[in-house]
Amino acid sequence: MSILVDESTRLVVAGLTGREGSYHAMNNRRYGTNVVAGVTPGKGGQDVEGVPVFNTFREAVAATGANTAMIFVPPRFAADSILEAEDAGIATIVAITEGIPAHDELLIYNVLERNPDVRLIGPNCPGVLSPGKANVGIIPAAFFKPGNVGVVSRSGTLTYQIGNELAQSGFGNSTIVGIGGDPVPGSSFVDIVALFEDDPQTELIVMSGEIGGSAEEEAAAYIAEHVSKPVVGYVAGLTAPPGKTMGHAGAIVSGSSGGGQAKIDALEAVGVRVGRTPTQVAHIAVEILGGSGVRQNA
Amino acid sequence: MIGACRPEQPRGRGPLNYRAPPMDLLEYKGKQVLARHGVAQLPGREATTVDEAVAVAEEVGYPAIIKAQVKIGGRGKAGGIKLANTPHEVREHATNILGMDIRGHTVHVLWVQRASKITSEYYAAVVFDRAAKAPLVMLSTKGGIDIEQVAADHPTALATLHVDPLVGFHPFHARRLAYEAGVDADVVRLVGDMLATLYEAFTQEEATLVEVNPLVITPEREVMALDAKVTLDDNAMFRHPDNAALDDLIDADEQETMAKQRGLTYVKLDGDIGIFGNGAGLVMSTLDVVAHAGGRPANFLDAGGGAKAEAIAASVEVILSNPNVKAVLFNVFGGITRCDEVARGIIDAYEILKPRVPFVVRLDGTNDVEARELLAGANLPHVYPEATMDGAAERVVALAREGVTA
Repeated sequence: MSILVDESTRLVVAGLTGREGSYHAMNNRRYGTNVVAGVTPGKGGQDVEGVPVFNTFREAVAATGANTAMIFVPPRFAADSILEAEDAGIATIVAITEGIPAHDELLIYNVLERNPDVRLIGPNCPGVLSPGKANVGIIPAAFFKPGNVGVVSRSGTLTYQIGNELAQSGFGNSTIVGIGGDPVPGSSFVDIVALFEDDPQTELIVMSGEIGGSAEEEAAAYIAEHVSKPVVGYVAGLTAPPGKTMGHAGAIVSGSSGGGQAKIDALEAVGVRVGRTPTQVAHIAVEILGGSGVRQNA
Repeated sequence: MIGACRPEQPRGRGPLNYRAPPMDLLEYKGKQVLARHGVAQLPGREATTVDEAVAVAEEVGYPAIIKAQVKIGGRGKAGGIKLANTPHEVREHATNILGMDIRGHTVHVLWVQRASKITSEYYAAVVFDRAAKAPLVMLSTKGGIDIEQVAADHPTALATLHVDPLVGFHPFHARRLAYEAGVDADVVRLVGDMLATLYEAFTQEEATLVEVNPLVITPEREVMALDAKVTLDDNAMFRHPDNAALDDLIDADEQETMAKQRGLTYVKLDGDIGIFGNGAGLVMSTLDVVAHAGGRPANFLDAGGGAKAEAIAASVEVILSNPNVKAVLFNVFGGITRCDEVARGIIDAYEILKPRVPFVVRLDGTNDVEARELLAGANLPHVYPEATMDGAAERVVALAREGVTA
């Protein structure tokens, strides 16, 4: 098992005919992801290295049975594309696009929330990787092996950093999920932690947060009530000055909310061990799982 | 290997990587935005010189209020808001306020408006509530003061309501807020209309904050906005070309302006260790690890995914232009970014800029072996490779303390 993407993933890519879209979609295909279709209005009937392109999501789903979408279109078209994927019955939508207007994200969130059969990952995220099974997005899969650690993060490179340190200690991953750095992510820590709790392959959860918003505090409250598996936390941006956006649109300490220490305190209060550096996170995980792990292909 | 096999890689600044901070408007520009939607205000205008301030006061009439235009609160307490009854007093106050420093913000512009008799001071705001994933509309009859204090001292005095963005803001929402906040019965309708107008401005202008404090009731029972705090979403500017012109960089830092022109994500900090990294989370983490090792970062700089040699050289130039920088830490985890490209960028930058401070370089991930070989082959003085993030942080902190110069 793993979560969100695996061998049953049938991927349709919005923006497959674009430079970045084709580059990453073909990387995903080389990794073994079943890339079944592309959607680009006006380019229906063409193909990208053998992957058929359709004008609409509905056509793509009807012709290929696509169940997962990757959104790789520029920010001004991204909200429309996500809503179209939902309308076509796609179950898992992974939105890589960064820079989607905040009010568009509000609309997307509130529309998708009314549909219990759809899940959005992102926007502004590196995607989802289930090592050995499927990669949807831009996560550099070569660093990761199958294993028992589930990782969920608001940041891409920080995930790679933590994942790589775990790999060097012999641990692999069930799934790595980038939920993205925007103020209104489609899925929260709570959503993904809940999926990991139910996933038999996952034995430990690493949750990498950052300043801004209250997603880490909400996750702490959820973990206290519903999570039996060990969780190791990290919070980036502890020393960031208030009122400044630190690269991610969502990473800002505003007034008395969004500060890093409060997040660490909330997590530690419910028994989550929080590493002070990415290296410490890996060390704590190794300590909990016991020595150098060889429990791959769980 | 993913991300390592194509010469023509997508660069970090493509349309998918556009990054934008929120855009805080000065009061008078916020008022311009609200005026478009019909928010009633007292007559006034901005002024950038003492003579101009006097001219505006003569035009709007006395008594006049002179207000410092800065993007920070607490202007009144700092002496940045004054009442003037004569041209002489306008001249005196304008002279004092122009150029004044209010908590690190220099006053370059004044707002001069006719003072009005006020019966009540209310508070009204629409906030983008990211936790609730909905706009939050707030109303209080205790306006004119810090609303966080009101919320803390008199929680019942602040009426709040989340709006379902798919349903919108309706008159019943406005009535509910007005009655819950306890506004004077005869102005319930007018205050409600004002809330509807503020909500309209919030959604149509794609703001993340519209705040009016105080919202005043005059003796003639008019409802007017005496102040305006508007924050716009920079990511939505492509739909609002007029609003893009409202941004002003008068408070901007030299390095931040330089970085913006080069399309880099840079935030100036007050320490002495320059930071270069890729990915917002990793860069934030790098700042923390440096602080953990006892150092103080001079900046946040995210070179983005897939940064190329020339972008790296541009980044280094921005970092080094800050005279406080005593040492620079490069912390890169190569995913899309190739470490050998970063190494080439560092070598190029070194040769062009001839830095006088030491570099500590930690490169891990895609093509890291080639990167280390390149750096070793270049044999640059005062460039110290480190294998781990924590080790690199400790090294750069020690070097900054020693004050080594190349």
